Amino acid sequence: MDFNLTEDRRMLSDTLGRYLNDQYSLEHRNSVAYDTPFYDPAKWQELAELGVFAALAHEEAGGFGGAGGDISIVFEAMGKTLVCEPVLALLMASRLLSAAGKDQSSLLDGSTKYGVALSEPDAPYDLTDIAASADASHKLTGRKSAVYGAHVADRILVAARREGQLNLYEVAATDVEIISYGMIDGGGAGEVLLENTHAELILENACAAVQDATDAGVVALCSEAVGAMEIAYDMTVDYLKQRKQFGRTIGSFQALQHRAVDMLTEIEQARSLTIKAAAELGGAEASRYASMAKNMIGRAGRQIAEEAIQMHGGIAMTWEYGVSHYAKRIIMIDHQLGDTDYHLARIMADLNTA
Amino acid sequence: MDLNYTEEERAFQSEVRQFLADYLPKNIAAAVRAHDGLTKEMMDEWHAILNKKGWLATVWPKDFGGPGWSPVQKHIFEEECCRANAPRIVPFGVNMLGPVLQKFGTKEQQDTVLPRILSGEDWWCQGYSEPGAGSDLASLKTRAVREGDDYVINGQKTWTTLGQHANKIFCLVRTSTEGKPQEGISFLLVDLDTPGIEMRPIRLIEGGHEVNEVFFTDVRVPSKNLVGEENKGWTIAKYLLSHERTGIAGVGFSMQALEEVKAIAATIKRGAKRLIDEPLFAARLAKVEIDLEAMKITNLRMLFRAQEQGAPGPETSILKIKGSVINQELQDLARRALGPLAAPFPGHVSEGNLLFGPPDTAFNAARYFNNRKTSIFGGSNEIQRNILTKTVLEL
Repeated sequence: MDFNLTEDRRMLSDTLGRYLNDQYSLEHRNSVAYDTPFYDPAKWQELAELGVFAALAHEEAGGFGGAGGDISIVFEAMGKTLVCEPVLALLMASRLLSAAGKDQSSLLDGSTKYGVALSEPDAPYDLTDIAASADASHKLTGRKSAVYGAHVADRILVAARREGQLNLYEVAATDVEIISYGMIDGGGAGEVLLENTHAELILENACAAVQDATDAGVVALCSEAVGAMEIAYDMTVDYLKQRKQFGRTIGSFQALQHRAVDMLTEIEQARSLTIKAAAELGGAEASRYASMAKNMIGRAGRQIAEEAIQMHGGIAMTWEYGVSHYAKRIIMIDHQLGDTDYHLARIMADLNTA
Repeated sequence: MDLNYTEEERAFQSEVRQFLADYLPKNIAAAVRAHDGLTKEMMDEWHAILNKKGWLATVWPKDFGGPGWSPVQKHIFEEECCRANAPRIVPFGVNMLGPVLQKFGTKEQQDTVLPRILSGEDWWCQGYSEPGAGSDLASLKTRAVREGDDYVINGQKTWTTLGQHANKIFCLVRTSTEGKPQEGISFLLVDLDTPGIEMRPIRLIEGGHEVNEVFFTDVRVPSKNLVGEENKGWTIAKYLLSHERTGIAGVGFSMQALEEVKAIAATIKRGAKRLIDEPLFAARLAKVEIDLEAMKITNLRMLFRAQEQGAPGPETSILKIKGSVINQELQDLARRALGPLAAPFPGHVSEGNLLFGPPDTAFNAARYFNNRKTSIFGGSNEIQRNILTKTVLEL
């Protein structure tokens, strides 16, 4: 047993952490996260040059990583600095293009951006609810909702059904109607409207591939949440040590001390399951552990975000004070790739078969 | 014991309902329902409609032009207003400064200030908190020094709600540094047009502007604007904070929010199922409904006690704690229900409200974040627990 990072991953972690600390201050992040195009194209290119995107892909796909541990390191570092670049879409697209055996060199060098269109208004989380349809000549019809990366995409990968079977299609972003928007926690996404849209079928019977991409995305989001929760926690403990009321630091009040300790405990638990889910990614039980981790992240995230705000008091309610942006991101992660209840239901369904 | 309203109270309820049906403008109710677009003009309009009816200053005694309602009647009125999506009246003049002047103000202050509160000519805001004085309000540092017939104010106030619409502010200021911090505080009325005052907006977590910082630099205020005695302002502050506690639980708002969440959950689909048929979501919703049902009765019990004893007791802190938590839980559900569609920044989908989900839900995530304030402001839930620890538990 060894919980230490491998040499390669430690270098990746150090390099990325240093770069983001130097180049991606919260002030800079907030200046790009909430206005079109909701990311920083220059930083996007620098991340590509640093090898961050290649670290998310397997060697066969042209990368040098792609394991759960690699994904975790990248997204935890990005969670700590609230990176709003559309990297989640890149990761999921990379998994899907790999499964389809498609070249992805232009994805990994950052020059072609992909959106990943899975969820729909009536199918927010569960892949079996997907209703978008394809006809015999691969024309797609349906509405894809909260599509990660759609606001900047050149190409869009679409999960749609043909005679009940879930297939994966690729469309040019210029061939579909995209309604782009920024999100309340920064970054962008879009609605994708398909109406007899010409598409290329790239993978038939794509259930397993879509599930794998989703599991990888869940590991990424859980890791991002762990990074963001750690910073929210650090900021809270710092504040408890600095802020004085009633002639003493508020951190001297036991009522607050114990709640800060509870935050620490929940973060450690969330980190543990995230490590486990990352380790299982690609294996037979990947989905099960991804669901466990995402359920726990949903619960811990709400506690950490709400307690960080409450213990700070009014200052945390302001846009100017950074913890508010961490709280928003932590909470909204529960709205991506399945919320805490959705993943709990999946674990509940497993109880019968145990 | 009888948990039902009396015949008179039911008749009153019908009268309020009829009034709201007849006089609450549809566009104002729509803005309240959508949690979007309630303007100063709309707030002024509703203020004027209530004033004309004599139902604006519900907390004022009859002698000062109040309707003379019992606590239960006030509760019924608030509940019906929430149900009808009437805007909450701006409380600073009517519910806060009014009662203070009626108890502590001079005849001149009462005669000049009170009518202008009712008419809406003056919009008051509150200068209490400071960057260094939040929960520990008595540590406030904004100085007011007596010079001839004036006080000269220097310092900074913060969290001044809707100050951007106001022309007047009432402030707690330090007039003495002798003795205990509570003993050197005074209550001053200040015209916001006075030279040396600067109001700056504070942008909130969800992007909205409802609170402000107010900076005072050598601001000269006539000494006749002092309310009560110099250095006795803390008594007034405490009176103001404890005076009007009906409605502190926000039961009417939570009842309305519960109905909204039920409607959303019956509309949203998860595959072939409605969200409300998903057991885990339904369980969350049912639990809040149970909590709220208990809160309604707890609230009425405390109202009844206030009515019997003439004043609310410290137990009302229970209403503040539990009421804010229930409201926040409902906001959590309203956000959660939307799934991925909770994420769009409201400003980006204002016309897309129809496009992106059930009607009037574009602000659900924003409201969830904004409503974290309810367990912080007006004495945080930690401070409410301290009050209960001291006064009820006597620990």
